[in-house]
Amino acid sequence: MIKAEQKPIDEILKYLDPYNKILLSGCGACVTVCHAGGEKEVGLLASGLRMARQKIGKKIEVLEITPTRQCEPEFALELSETIEKVEAVLSIACGVGVQTLVRHFPKIPIFPGVNTSFLGETITQGVWEERCQACGNCVLEKTGGICPISRCAKQLLNGPCGGSSKGKCEIKKEADCAWQLIYDRLKTLNQLYKMEEIIPAKQWGVESRDSGLRRIVREDLKV
Amino acid sequence: MVNFDPKIVAFCCDQSGYPAADMAGTLKLKLPKNVEIVRVPCAGRIETIYLLKALEKGADGVLLFACYEENCQFLRGNLRAKGRLSYAHRMLEKIGLEKERIEICHLATNSGAKLAETLRRKSEQLKKMGPNPAKIS
Repeated sequence: MIKAEQKPIDEILKYLDPYNKILLSGCGACVTVCHAGGEKEVGLLASGLRMARQKIGKKIEVLEITPTRQCEPEFALELSETIEKVEAVLSIACGVGVQTLVRHFPKIPIFPGVNTSFLGETITQGVWEERCQACGNCVLEKTGGICPISRCAKQLLNGPCGGSSKGKCEIKKEADCAWQLIYDRLKTLNQLYKMEEIIPAKQWGVESRDSGLRRIVREDLKV
Repeated sequence: MVNFDPKIVAFCCDQSGYPAADMAGTLKLKLPKNVEIVRVPCAGRIETIYLLKALEKGADGVLLFACYEENCQFLRGNLRAKGRLSYAHRMLEKIGLEKERIEICHLATNSGAKLAETLRRKSEQLKKMGPNPAKIS
């Protein structure tokens, strides 16, 4: 799922400085799971903003809402009625949610309240780690299900590099070497022969972000 | 600030803080005037938003009376409260409020005197700090 972290509150306060009545919108999907922008975080941030502005004598009214998924038009449009009553919107959904609101509500300023960080997995309560970079052509079949694009600092397709030491990465000492993990996994699966197969260079310019905006069209689903 | 009587919201765990408050009452120990006790089944029930809302809605200070660490009937409730307190502290610091306005005190069922003493000390500390400037009246 998408992982995010709340922006520093002083940065958010700067965005909201000219406004006295705002709508704070969370999202009931990914950012709820990573405790960055769910209903609870909406309440906490709204309370913090009100107190911060009260303290400097510039009272702010903060309305709160948490649609089920801010990145889906059906849910985003639930904001229509409330949005007319405010001067600006602070969205603590991911960057996708913010842009869904921008598309549907073009006349009102909409600010991001979180930094969208990565596609990741919950390691344990309160710890999340990157697992996918949405590179556009998945190589997990070749690497025992461990992604070298997101988990190797050098994104090596035929690793490990010379910096792998005792199972750890030379770039980030606390991180496991992705290629050590791949080797261990393939050994467990009796598929070590896959280590000898050369994985060709990815076509970044064709299948990935380097060729510009990506889009998926499913004609069968169109109505 | 001669007449300032700080309002304290005291969240009391049912396994320690609340019986201790009961004991303080039975022993007729002197407590600050403006204290509101909120009984909770476990300190782990105290959400971060309760701490912030208490300050937002008019409290000058907040106290959490929880069981001693490793002595929680629900195993980790007091540790969860501690974690939420640290989040609230970070929030207060970022918005320019004294983090000392929210504090946790670990005690046991028979700690009536400790509870009364903590409330009196907190009240004195808040008198020196002055009213909470972020409360929304």
